[in-house]
Amino acid sequence: MAAPMLRGCCPGRRWALACIDHSSRHGRGAPTGSRCSGKRGQSSVAPQHLATAGKLRKGEHEWAAVVGLEVHAQISSNSKLFSGSQVHFVAPPNSLVSFFDASLPGTLPVLNRRCVEAAVMTGLAYSICVGAKRSQVINKTVRIKQIQLEQDSGKSLHDDLRSQTLIDLNRAGVGLLEVVLEPDMSCGEEAATAVRELQLILQALGTSQANMAEGQLRVDANISVHRPGEPLGVRTEVKNLNSARFLARAIDYEIQRQIRELENGGEILNETRSFDFKLGCTVPMRDKEGKQDYRFIPEPNLPPLLLYDSESLPAGADPQQVVNIDQIREQLPELPSVTREKLVQQYGMLPEQSLTLLNEVGLLEFFQNVIKETRAEPKKVTSWVLNTFLGFLKQQNLAVSESPVTPSALAELLDLLDRKAISSAAAKQVFRELWASEGKTPAQIISEKKLELMQDQEALEQLCQATLEEHPQVVMDVKKGNPRAINKLIGLVRKATLSRAEPAVIKEMLEKKLSS
Amino acid sequence: MLGWTLREVSAALKQGQITPTELCQKCLALIKKTKFLNAYITVSEEVALRQAEESEERYKKGHSLGELDGIPVAVKDNFSTSGIETTCASNMLKGYIPPYNATVVQKLLDQGALLMGKTNLDEFAMGSGSTDGIFGPVKNPWSYSKQYREKRKQKPHGETEDSNWLITGGSSGGSAAAVSAFTCFAALGSDTGGSTRNPAAHCGVVGLKPSYGLVSRHGLIPLVNSMDVPGILTRCVDDAAVVLGVLAGHDCRDSTTVQDPVKPLTLPNLTDVSKLCIGIPKEYHVPELSSEVQSLWSKAAKLFESEGAKVIEVSLPHTRYSIVCYHVLCTSEVASNMARFDGLEYGHRCDINVSTEAMYAATRREGFNDVVRGRILSGNFFLLKENYENYFVRAQKVRRLIANDFVNVFNSGVDVLLTPTTLSEAVPYVEFIKEDNRTRSAQDDIFTQAVNMAGLPAVSVPMALSNQGLPIGLQFIGRAFCDQQLLTIAKWFEKQVQFPVIQLQETMDDCSSVFENEKLTSVSLKQ
Repeated sequence: MAAPMLRGCCPGRRWALACIDHSSRHGRGAPTGSRCSGKRGQSSVAPQHLATAGKLRKGEHEWAAVVGLEVHAQISSNSKLFSGSQVHFVAPPNSLVSFFDASLPGTLPVLNRRCVEAAVMTGLAYSICVGAKRSQVINKTVRIKQIQLEQDSGKSLHDDLRSQTLIDLNRAGVGLLEVVLEPDMSCGEEAATAVRELQLILQALGTSQANMAEGQLRVDANISVHRPGEPLGVRTEVKNLNSARFLARAIDYEIQRQIRELENGGEILNETRSFDFKLGCTVPMRDKEGKQDYRFIPEPNLPPLLLYDSESLPAGADPQQVVNIDQIREQLPELPSVTREKLVQQYGMLPEQSLTLLNEVGLLEFFQNVIKETRAEPKKVTSWVLNTFLGFLKQQNLAVSESPVTPSALAELLDLLDRKAISSAAAKQVFRELWASEGKTPAQIISEKKLELMQDQEALEQLCQATLEEHPQVVMDVKKGNPRAINKLIGLVRKATLSRAEPAVIKEMLEKKLSS
Repeated sequence: MLGWTLREVSAALKQGQITPTELCQKCLALIKKTKFLNAYITVSEEVALRQAEESEERYKKGHSLGELDGIPVAVKDNFSTSGIETTCASNMLKGYIPPYNATVVQKLLDQGALLMGKTNLDEFAMGSGSTDGIFGPVKNPWSYSKQYREKRKQKPHGETEDSNWLITGGSSGGSAAAVSAFTCFAALGSDTGGSTRNPAAHCGVVGLKPSYGLVSRHGLIPLVNSMDVPGILTRCVDDAAVVLGVLAGHDCRDSTTVQDPVKPLTLPNLTDVSKLCIGIPKEYHVPELSSEVQSLWSKAAKLFESEGAKVIEVSLPHTRYSIVCYHVLCTSEVASNMARFDGLEYGHRCDINVSTEAMYAATRREGFNDVVRGRILSGNFFLLKENYENYFVRAQKVRRLIANDFVNVFNSGVDVLLTPTTLSEAVPYVEFIKEDNRTRSAQDDIFTQAVNMAGLPAVSVPMALSNQGLPIGLQFIGRAFCDQQLLTIAKWFEKQVQFPVIQLQETMDDCSSVFENEKLTSVSLKQ
């Protein structure tokens, strides 16, 4: 019943991309995918893919994997695709159901303008860069074949105990963007990265919240393997992958399974499979859920949908009745790739740092808030946010929004560090304290723990002098030319200051005294 | 007074010659008296009387809502009516009470019309006889007319009179019979392949199929979404124009309705037809056409000619593919849009609960009759991947050719086409059921169906009585959205031919008593 009705892009059009184009391998209209392995040197990326997939087996290098994706993203819209019912994630069952959603006879679809605009906007945002690997950034083209508007289905809840099936139609008719990615990927990680990028784009556009945990983004993966130079292999489809981790794992498992199958003389069936995340493997779905002849017909109750640009727009057209592509283009917000580029230029960040900054939900905003409030150098801020702050989050498995340290607190801390009011080591300690004792300011912690640097030069000089006098043997070593001996002295002084002096300052003072 | 036209009785209401309640009660009494016709599935007596009361209040205060205020109307039982059972004459929807009104029903009510009831039809409007619904066939009021009975008396008696009642045509036979038997002044039908015009012709009333997109389908339980149009059945062309004026216009709930504002519809009295060009499609001269209809058709053409109109033969070369093309498109859309009837949200649900699939299957087997199931099956066959191009896509292309035939003819300067509506006058039920539904529909839709493929307006106007004393109607087909021009020409024609009023009064009384007894037999037949 849900006839797909908008084709956003011409099939084969490159939605994509690329910053660096490996385009010699992408024959027009004949996607070959890149190889996971092959002649050495042809692609520095390739061997890593299999490493990611793990379990290198004998003969595996002879195989190339081809992965294409169908991504279903729930459109951010107040109402459903063809009816005026509200869209909410949490609502009592069957409370968001119009007569049309319940398919009462005689009801007719009315197309939701917002959903069409979301599809057009997503089509316009045509850039995906597939991402970072280890310390190097690899750019790769993933083409978008088409974007379709679809409706979500209702939900069946099976009560096995009472052998009943209950139906909730709240979700029925919610608008979805089906984004079809060409089989330009070759392993789970690439697919996961492409989906992540798509997610960022959708979020930046506001066309979908694209929250996988809430089911707003679901992925089906088409996977095949073949020997380089030979025709593509039979593909399987792994359906309903709803987390980036499972997506990568499912694809890598399926690639290995197909290779194993073929090497053992078996054959791959064109079938639909699902991923069992507990067992970490894919299993065939029941036939019924797999191949179906849906017997779609064009929806007779909706007139043809024509999209116009400013040039083709008929004179005197009612703006309420037409969708103008140019108008939507003007409203396009900044896309993630542009944001990253700006970060690199503006703050001297490394490309992979910009990637990380965008990939963590809320991290960019956090970073920008810190930058706004601190005088510290951007590079320092970047390093603190990406290493220290993100490290703490990861360690405790927290989201940015759950962080006990606010951007202001970090900004204040970095200011203190910048003013040399505390040492770097002390700063780390303050950060730990900030994390543990929510509500205290860095200044409070510093004064409570007496972490501020010794501002009294004379006192410091006295400590240096005392240390020199107390350790004549070490002084001798220095004078004999042992380069490490000075470090020992520095350490001793620092200890005496309770770490409240910068080693560089101590070193300078000691050297002055030793040379005099 | 019940035999008056809508506009006549409207004037009487205005002048206080009769009150809406009196009028309503008279119609209700006649509905009861003519129950044997089986025109109504549901008689909404309470609703009608309450509406009449409200209308009466308005008249008393001098705030009448317009020409339809206080006018009894009937609605085919495939239009959703809030709080009133809507069955489509199918077990699938028996007991289904829609929570909303179809837009056209709402518009009638907003104008103060009185809803007398829901009229009988073929199950889901699939048929051309009004014989294939779960509530039994509709009987043509003309079976009991003085005109028909007198002609029959002249013939040697062979069969018993009452077993020879005539069909109404269909699928809006209940609505046609309701208007013809004076139980209401206008009725809504639906027209997908001729379902309004065909019974209008057989029952001697005016049957209008408006342009596709002029009148909202929201709430009309679909047969073929791309061809369905709410139809209007009245006693004269002017009445049809009044009702169309109320119904026409954009509906935000039906995206296929046109956005252009619709002007109020009044039909001028044509005095001069000399500037008109009337087209006679040569492909409509089919061998099955009865000689009587053929000669009336020629007579009508000559009438226009004699009054100075240009009458020319035109060609619609793809008409001959229309029946088979319609079959593919109709069944395909039926297969698609009737997938909704699964017993879950509303309507019939079987007792089987082994699995959801088994429940669907049994529900649909029990809910639909053979005709509906047959069309669903054929449609699903045409839509299979391996058949889609060869059947569905090809039929869509042929449909375009058929539509273009009309465009070409109208572009050549023709104002309206004049054709027969049906092959012959109404036939007796016993004759009609000798052929199956599919054969019948294919034969009977021959002059009407191509119009639906092209979305054009068309109207059947009763012209004269046959030798047997039965009505014969002719069809006018107009340019898309030139409904007013079409009706204006039809009105001129209507005035020239002076079709006789059905004479029911004398025979009605003994009929109703006869059928008191027959009711029992027909009930037992249904089981």
